[in-house]
Amino acid sequence: MRGLTAESIIPVPFRTLFFREIHRFFIVINQTLLAPVISALLYLFIFGFSLGDRFGSFHGFSYLDFLVPGLVMMGLVNNSFQNPSSSLMISKFEGNIVDILVAPIGHLEIVMGYMLGGMFRGLLVGGCILAVSCFFGVPPFSHPVYLVTVALLSAALFSLVGIAAGIWAEKFDDLALFPTFIITPLTYLGGVFYSIDILPPFWREVSLFNPLLYMINALRFGFLGVSDVHPGWSLAALSTLTAALFGACFAMLRSGYRLRK
Amino acid sequence: MKNIPLPDPPVPAIEVRGVTKSYGSVRALGGISLSIPRGELFGLLGPNGAGKSTLINILTGLVRRNAGEVKIFGYDVEHDYRITRSLLGAVPQELVYDHFFTVRQTLKIQSGYYGVTRNGDWIEELLERLELKEHEGKTIRELSGGMKRRLLVAKAMVHKPPILILDEPTAGVDVALRRSLWDLVRQVHAAGTTVVLTTHYLEEAEELCERVGIIHRGVFVALDRKEALMRQIHHRKVTLEFASPQSGLPPDLSELGGALTGDGMSATLLVDRSNGSLQSLLGLLGRSSVPLADLQVEGAGLEDVFLQLTDEKGRKGAGSRPAGGSR
Repeated sequence: MRGLTAESIIPVPFRTLFFREIHRFFIVINQTLLAPVISALLYLFIFGFSLGDRFGSFHGFSYLDFLVPGLVMMGLVNNSFQNPSSSLMISKFEGNIVDILVAPIGHLEIVMGYMLGGMFRGLLVGGCILAVSCFFGVPPFSHPVYLVTVALLSAALFSLVGIAAGIWAEKFDDLALFPTFIITPLTYLGGVFYSIDILPPFWREVSLFNPLLYMINALRFGFLGVSDVHPGWSLAALSTLTAALFGACFAMLRSGYRLRK
Repeated sequence: MKNIPLPDPPVPAIEVRGVTKSYGSVRALGGISLSIPRGELFGLLGPNGAGKSTLINILTGLVRRNAGEVKIFGYDVEHDYRITRSLLGAVPQELVYDHFFTVRQTLKIQSGYYGVTRNGDWIEELLERLELKEHEGKTIRELSGGMKRRLLVAKAMVHKPPILILDEPTAGVDVALRRSLWDLVRQVHAAGTTVVLTTHYLEEAEELCERVGIIHRGVFVALDRKEALMRQIHHRKVTLEFASPQSGLPPDLSELGGALTGDGMSATLLVDRSNGSLQSLLGLLGRSSVPLADLQVEGAGLEDVFLQLTDEKGRKGAGSRPAGGSR
């Protein structure tokens, strides 16, 4: 009987796709890693460090401490989305998507390969933003297990959104709809820079329909132990959405939607 | 290629039965059948839009058939797709590439997609044979068109598939590269690989293929051994060259359809080899006073077969003949 090998546990085609996705974004590291970290650093410096004292405290924490989890989540979400979506779109544009479509790779392996590649980039960017923010002050890490769970699920969720968008989009302009009209507005209005407690009641109620609000507050709960919404609900919503999108991406690949004729 | 058990030889390498495919209201394949035994070098010919690429894409899994059966070594291309895709290597018609990676990285990634690891020696050999060794560290954007084409061939062969599909492999390449690719195809075929070649260059099919299928408007209008197809053409082109300019042809030669060229130094005519016209022509030439300097008789090639069959079918309209079968 053959013993257990890395190849028998982790299929080579999946492993190849996963490492290709990581290798691809490291080739353009200025654009994929340094740019978002620099942006977050500027936000920290301007809003947290320079203007933070004027905003007072939020849930008993300084504005700088309050801001860090939101910025980490913003970097994580954007980059988890961008990795698979741009990779798929470029592959479709250049035609090399056929390399994957004619290879003996299972649908599940394709979803997992792109998803984990996106998660890796999202978590790396989020981790780098967190590391940089530690120069301004180390957050308390109140609920570390919850924190890691939320970070992993959020990265997975937006990687899956990226896969679905990359498959659906027929041109780069289609793909630009997601960050411009969905992710960025939902992130900015989801409490990265403020607590919904400061909003008028109507807008506070409207904000509760924003899924990013739950993700940002869940991460904030993991770091600081405070949240605008119940952390249990956040985790439940995040888990349900991630599972649903995983199923949707699998179904898209299995049916050949916009990939096979 | 990973170890996949292949059935005994009676099972063909490729078996296509009654396959149909439509894109909306446009019928691409009208119920075609084809069987390619293992080890054959098969040529798939047809005009643009005939359905060649659709058939190739159904084999590779890029396109899904509407009806019929498609098997690779007895395995269904949709149900057993992981097995059938491992058994195929395909060179696409378009120059598709991933500009992020170098030549060597591209081949390593491609190997991985097919579950192949530790194949450095084979990659090395492919790089040498396809004259890519000195370019292995270049990204694909830095390669010339010919090099990109060779890289596509290397990618298709990196997992040592028992079936190699080449969709217009020499489109847009220079004569020297075309010849070197032909040599490679011959070598691969000699080593036992089943090769399916689609091409616009009929000379290429004539040079390389053992059996040829001509597809037109989604159906096979011919499917036979190359020599058998060429025997279907009965006309021969005869060129007469004269020692001095002629002002006109003798009436008997004109009756056979002869036409004098502008300078009066030569004439061409088509004769039917099946009804004794060639014999009559030689008799006429012997009896006439025409100062003959040279005589050339050109046999029919695949191009004549192709033109005759696709023109006939074009005139008769689409779908007049059911799929497959020799003519």
